[in-house]
Amino acid sequence: MIPACRLADLPRGEAFRLDIDPPISVFHTDDGEVFAIDDTCTHQDASLADGWLEGPEVECPLHASKFDLRTGAVDAPPAKLPVRTHQVLIEDGVIYVQPSTDAPNLPPCVASRLAGGAA
Amino acid sequence: MRTVAVVGASLAGLSAARSLRKRGYDGRLVVIGDEPHRPYDRPPLSKEFLAGGMGEADLALETDDEDLQAEWLFGARATGLDRQTRTVRLADGRSVRADGIVIATGAAARALPGTDGLAGVHTLRTLDDARALRDELALGGRLVVIGGGFIGAEVASTAHGMGLDVTVVEAAPTPLAGPLGETMGSVVSALHADHGVRLLCGVGVKGLSGETRVDAVLLEDGRTLPADLVVVGVGARPCVDWLEGSGVALENGVKCGADGRTSLAGVVAVGDCANWYDPVAGIHRRVEHWTGARERPDAAVAALLSGGAAEPGLPKPPYFWSDQYGVTIQFVGHSAGADSVTVEEGSPDDRSFLAVYRRAGHPVAVLGMNQLRLFTRWRKQLAAATTFPAMSAL
Repeated sequence: MIPACRLADLPRGEAFRLDIDPPISVFHTDDGEVFAIDDTCTHQDASLADGWLEGPEVECPLHASKFDLRTGAVDAPPAKLPVRTHQVLIEDGVIYVQPSTDAPNLPPCVASRLAGGAA
Repeated sequence: MRTVAVVGASLAGLSAARSLRKRGYDGRLVVIGDEPHRPYDRPPLSKEFLAGGMGEADLALETDDEDLQAEWLFGARATGLDRQTRTVRLADGRSVRADGIVIATGAAARALPGTDGLAGVHTLRTLDDARALRDELALGGRLVVIGGGFIGAEVASTAHGMGLDVTVVEAAPTPLAGPLGETMGSVVSALHADHGVRLLCGVGVKGLSGETRVDAVLLEDGRTLPADLVVVGVGARPCVDWLEGSGVALENGVKCGADGRTSLAGVVAVGDCANWYDPVAGIHRRVEHWTGARERPDAAVAALLSGGAAEPGLPKPPYFWSDQYGVTIQFVGHSAGADSVTVEEGSPDDRSFLAVYRRAGHPVAVLGMNQLRLFTRWRKQLAAATTFPAMSAL
């Protein structure tokens, strides 16, 4: 479990990005639920934490593919692959994330960068 | 409705086909595309695909396991629509009879008159265009881009990144003044100079020179620009010639209501060829953006399936993006009619800022340069404001 931030510091409608590799973002929805997904859009290198949070979905800030925070599923192109979802635990007012052990679906440019080892 | 024909197999056509199935239509679905390819994404054609960083497989709009239970006709150009029999005629002699028709034939790149058959002169709209241009860009040399709009600017940026010597020629005094206004048009087009790409404004093109292959661009002020390669990016015209005489009302494309319905019952139009009524502004607008081609077909399909009984929602402010010289440019709303534009964050000099266009004090459009997070917030705010009834009085 990785501590992300305090729940009190993450207002509804906001996101917090964990700068690990690959980054994970924690979203606090308008309904008060907290979800964690991979931060990078599966289409192109864009941070979903910068995206448009509406209900249980976040829309990529660049090209408008929407990801379901509950399942990671994408609704429409240009992205075609889901993002990974991660388990969230809130304890003593702190949000913790348990990163998924599945392989991430990173966009082509990011995937090749990670494979090459260079940042 | 037992048969629906979607004429056009790009983003708008595919989005319509998807919406039909999502909304429970389970009859025969025929999708007709004039290109030989399955639906593909066009924005990368002037950017990553052209530069070689993205392959053809990456352009596919469909997912691997997607099956819309549709009959796909590729390489099939529609040449006519018979309103009596509701039949779409195709260039190869085939025809498709349908109860419902979705017109999604898009737009075609405008060419420069008198340049037919001259090698080295390109327009960029389709995958085939992009393949041909990519192969020639790889040879290097001097590129002249005619037109300083978004396509021209993106090609210039990509070609510059590939090591070509690039000049952009724009007939208007300021590039991008139409979509962005004069002030911001000059800010955004300053990216060319930042990277050593020449930008010549306020000068028209008289013609091209060359026997079988272009060797120069001749300007109206008498200057000659030597060129190994020319890209013409002077806009697009809606592909609606095939509808002449069909009874579908045409006016700057297909004239549509606020839900995409045309003048013929059972026929809707979407995407770049469709001139939808904007109930907020009280005028028709033909929006040629990727986002509109993806989002609007759902409203048109709802109208088609319900026979027009579905209540059309208010249109979201149009949104588009552009990537040039590593800078992400985003724009939402309508700059026309704005009486002020102010930089609210960052600085144009740093090529990282957010500017808000206002009319009588109310935000009507927002431009962002490398300001993804803030831009998204403004985009959300603008969408909420536009659907607020009091705004329609503006």
